[in-house]
Amino acid sequence: MIRFKDVSKRYPTGYDAVNRLSLELERGEMAFLTGHSGAGKSTLLKLIAAIERPTRGQILIDGHNVTNLSRRRIPSLRRKIGLVFQNYQLLHDRSVFDNVALPLVIAGLPPQEIGKRTRAALHKVGLLKREKALPITLSGGEQQRVSIARAVVNRPPILLADEPTGNLDPELSEEIMHLFEQFHQVGVTVLVASHALNLISRFNKRIIRLEHGKLIESNITKRRRAERRAR
Amino acid sequence: MVRGAILSRTPLTVRLHAHGRDHARTLISSLGRLYRAPVSSTMTTAVIGIALALPGGLYLLLANLQAVAGGWQSSARISLFLELDTPPQSVKALGSRLRRHEDVTDVQIISAKQALHEFRANSGFGGALNALPENPLPPVLVVSPALSSSQTKQTSALVAELKELPEVDLAQLDMQWLERVHAMMDIARRGVTVIALLLGLAVLLIVGNTIRLDIQNRREEIEVVKLIGATDAFIRRPFLYGGMWYGLLGGLLAWLLIGAAMLLMAGPAQHLALLYDSKHQLLGPGFKGTFLILSIGAALGLAGSWLAVRRHLSAIEPR
Repeated sequence: MIRFKDVSKRYPTGYDAVNRLSLELERGEMAFLTGHSGAGKSTLLKLIAAIERPTRGQILIDGHNVTNLSRRRIPSLRRKIGLVFQNYQLLHDRSVFDNVALPLVIAGLPPQEIGKRTRAALHKVGLLKREKALPITLSGGEQQRVSIARAVVNRPPILLADEPTGNLDPELSEEIMHLFEQFHQVGVTVLVASHALNLISRFNKRIIRLEHGKLIESNITKRRRAERRAR
Repeated sequence: MVRGAILSRTPLTVRLHAHGRDHARTLISSLGRLYRAPVSSTMTTAVIGIALALPGGLYLLLANLQAVAGGWQSSARISLFLELDTPPQSVKALGSRLRRHEDVTDVQIISAKQALHEFRANSGFGGALNALPENPLPPVLVVSPALSSSQTKQTSALVAELKELPEVDLAQLDMQWLERVHAMMDIARRGVTVIALLLGLAVLLIVGNTIRLDIQNRREEIEVVKLIGATDAFIRRPFLYGGMWYGLLGGLLAWLLIGAAMLLMAGPAQHLALLYDSKHQLLGPGFKGTFLILSIGAALGLAGSWLAVRRHLSAIEPR
């Protein structure tokens, strides 16, 4: 589903955020991206969503080469990707409902359909009762859940999260990770960048480690290895 | 085909509905935005209104002057002095023929006898005339040209045409000073056009600047929406409609200002008309003028915001 072929990202200052990275994430797979601060996790995610462009190498998403995707085609790529950031990126002058409904409005769905799906997504993250509230009246965890609801409301095939539990307490963090797992279970390809190693290790998923922009290990869990061998 | 957010697999009617919905929603929400910032919206609208009212009012003034001058034009007369020995039947026949001419509204026939009678009555030369053996005066046809406005060229053409008639000895146009009036009005019209163009440019720049500021203020929102995969067209729309609303409301204000000016001038104008024995009524913008000012306002607003959007929207990308 997501494939990086020898990808490098060098910033104009000469800093190599990502260095000759090759990676493959299969459709419907869930993986965690770990590494120290500045290892290139955010950059990797941004490269997938075409927020940044690689200086070298190729990126393929769902079989399509998006390395040199024209500006006009980027929106259609981003609509296939649900994005969750550490800073929530919510619109503060709109209600929770309007925030979550935004991808559906952009897709041009009829109002009844928008209402249905938005409420379904809010229900999934447990915030149906707060649909009319403004983001500023919500706690950090609630805002993050709104952000997640928005990311999944239009059922994208890919879900990317950059430090989604960064500002949250351990209990809440685990809840959020479980949410991601639930989405994974319905077939979404999930990639979560996170510092929280102890939390990640509780989930039986592939862990991709980055260091200074290079791939150190892409360890597949024992069970997966067995599955792969069996194939 | 339609490279938009709307899935290319959906049928055309569904896509059109979706587009229509989005346009309607954006049209109303952009007006709502103006409403929610009343002070700044009012100020911008006021500037646009004044900028549009000035050329609008001047054009209207010109139109009124033109109508008045046209009234003068209609009192222009062409006097056709016919050959001395033209028989009365021929005079009458020519008169009827000319009445049917497309550029002629009326022909007044003054036979040689009538001319003599008038001359005797009005000139005081009565005694001298008795000494003459024959009537020295020719029959005269006074032709009223049917001209709608300032076409002095048409009048001259008509005079030239009538001069060529075999029965006509001399053709004379009574109002040559009218040409001078029309020449002055042409200059005035040019001047007003220049003013209109400059003010139109001003409106463009004002709206452009306002929308630019709006874009800056909504920077974060634009970044987020781009992140979610909104097309440029989707993001542009509210700003374009906002600009159009500014222009439209500005045009409406201009219309009101012109109306107010007309009310103020109605009294003195009527007084002047009375002094000139004119039946002229002060001309307003009318249906056509109103439509023009509103649509030009909207078009300028749209154009102004289009310029701002083109320059500044693409600079904002998610980080």
